[in-house]
Amino acid sequence: MQADKVIQVHNLVKKFGNFTANDALSFDVYRGEIFGFLGANGAGKTTTIKILTGLSKPTSGDISVAGFDVYKQSDDIKRNIGYMSQKFSLYEDLSIVENIRLYGGIYGLSRKEIKNRTNALLSRLGIEDKANVLIGSLPLGWKQKIAFSVAIVHNPDIVFLDEPSSGVDPITRRQFWDMIYEAAHQGITVFVTTHYMDEAEYCDRVAILVSGKMVALDSPGKLKHDYDEDSMEGVFVKLARGKRSFVKNNK
Amino acid sequence: MKRFLALLKKEYLHIFRDMRTLMILFGMPIVQILIFGYVIKNEVKDVDIAVLDYAHDEYSIELRSKIQASGYLNIVDELQSSEQIHDAFKRAKVSEVIVFPNDLANDLQKDNQPAIQLILDATDPNYAQLIGQYTEAILLDYAVEMSAITPQQESIKLENRMVFNEELESSFMFVPGTMAFILMLLSALMSSITIAREKETGSMEVLLVSSLKPLQVVLGKVMPYVILAFVNAVSVILVGNIVFGVPIEGSVILLMLVSVLFVITSLALGIMISTIADKQFTAMMMSMLILMLPTMLLSGFIFPIENMPEVLQWLSCIIPARWYLEIIKSIMLKGAGIAFIWQQVLILTGMFIVTIAISVKNYKLRLE
Repeated sequence: MQADKVIQVHNLVKKFGNFTANDALSFDVYRGEIFGFLGANGAGKTTTIKILTGLSKPTSGDISVAGFDVYKQSDDIKRNIGYMSQKFSLYEDLSIVENIRLYGGIYGLSRKEIKNRTNALLSRLGIEDKANVLIGSLPLGWKQKIAFSVAIVHNPDIVFLDEPSSGVDPITRRQFWDMIYEAAHQGITVFVTTHYMDEAEYCDRVAILVSGKMVALDSPGKLKHDYDEDSMEGVFVKLARGKRSFVKNNK
Repeated sequence: MKRFLALLKKEYLHIFRDMRTLMILFGMPIVQILIFGYVIKNEVKDVDIAVLDYAHDEYSIELRSKIQASGYLNIVDELQSSEQIHDAFKRAKVSEVIVFPNDLANDLQKDNQPAIQLILDATDPNYAQLIGQYTEAILLDYAVEMSAITPQQESIKLENRMVFNEELESSFMFVPGTMAFILMLLSALMSSITIAREKETGSMEVLLVSSLKPLQVVLGKVMPYVILAFVNAVSVILVGNIVFGVPIEGSVILLMLVSVLFVITSLALGIMISTIADKQFTAMMMSMLILMLPTMLLSGFIFPIENMPEVLQWLSCIIPARWYLEIIKSIMLKGAGIAFIWQQVLILTGMFIVTIAISVKNYKLRLE
């Protein structure tokens, strides 16, 4: 096992009955990189993230996350990762500080650590004066930023972001990505799924998923060059079309 | 353990931050027990009746004053003819009309059996029967007195004595019943909703991705409700005892212990429901349909189980509240110890183990 590969996936297959959600996926994610998982709704992005975070078990394949095996060591994995879902999952009826304390507590931080990190987090976001405001009364963009900060409050090796910016405007999204870069700078590997093409441009490397199969994996610049497109949007459309005609031909 | 405490604290904040829910949680049991205690009565007391007295002699007048003095019946109307009887019922002013024949004195003196007619409003059949029985008892009592004055042949005399509830207070029945109902409602409904809410908002996923074990997550969510339900059980017993005079003949500790057993069984049912329901609304409807109604109707709370069709009697056996009700009635009213109720306790324990096993299994399946 190489130290710089924090996620290793080899031939990951996940079937639900007859439906194959993930079809023989293989990829590695390196420490400190921002790895994008791009695909339309239903392409199998969330299924993969669920398997990598231990919420779901794969049908077959060799997978290790943070150096631990997903079949046998899911408890060890869970201790070393952070997770932010599409719904942000902060508790609306708790204040900002209470949410931070809760997740800090769940991840087993000591009282002193929780206090320090809470203060650091509040000052980084510049919201010391809002510490006791209920999450429910905050705008979506703020919820998103706090949710991300909370997901990495325990300094995980890897943070998984499942469509973290759905429903947020592009400017807020840009600000959010500044936070992601900052986290990556601190050495936290970021695994992010998205269906926004502008977000795909921000990633170090992007895997493109079409109907459960991985059809491309490279840096956005390389992909654009290879497929002779100006934007990731073009690359994606080209690949998705190709896949569809491929499926048709198969029948 | 520290992680678990963080979760408990969060749950505590949820409950106490939501004042409306909190008021329902603590207020509802008291309100319900008062409503059930005062409104639902199946004992006869001051029932309005009418008399149609053809006799108008010393006997009929004596009988009438005896009836009035009993406290059970209250003569509010004196009819003049049989035509007025139906009218009196229709106006719904009276529930019974007693007709004294005009040869009442004659019959009594000649040792004939006088025929006194009771006409009852049977729109509520059970109640009509009950009033009929009370009236009969009063009249028989009078007949016995008469025969004591003019000695006759010996006849059988029945002496009834109601034990465990001498005054036939219906609150003795409804306080334990309400207790069972409230504990079931709070525990099952609240726990299924609170877990379904986490699933609905997506925060359950995050909790499961954390290094908390699924069992810890579920325990952390339902534990506060055990305490809440327990507080409610105590308040219902206190209100029952102070306001309605429902006794606690048996051991208070035993009563509390079985209440905790019933609460955790209900919580397990709530958890089982939440493994199926993904939305709060679904969880609520399922709890209502699967738990609330059967608890009301089949536990023996309102309708006696012995009077049900056999199929429903069988069905009532799988209602936890039925067994709990048997237990707490035995403890509260009869002062029974564990020697008399161990079977029911065993059944409840079995139910708890089965539901929790099913929930755990379901829970795992859902995670695959």
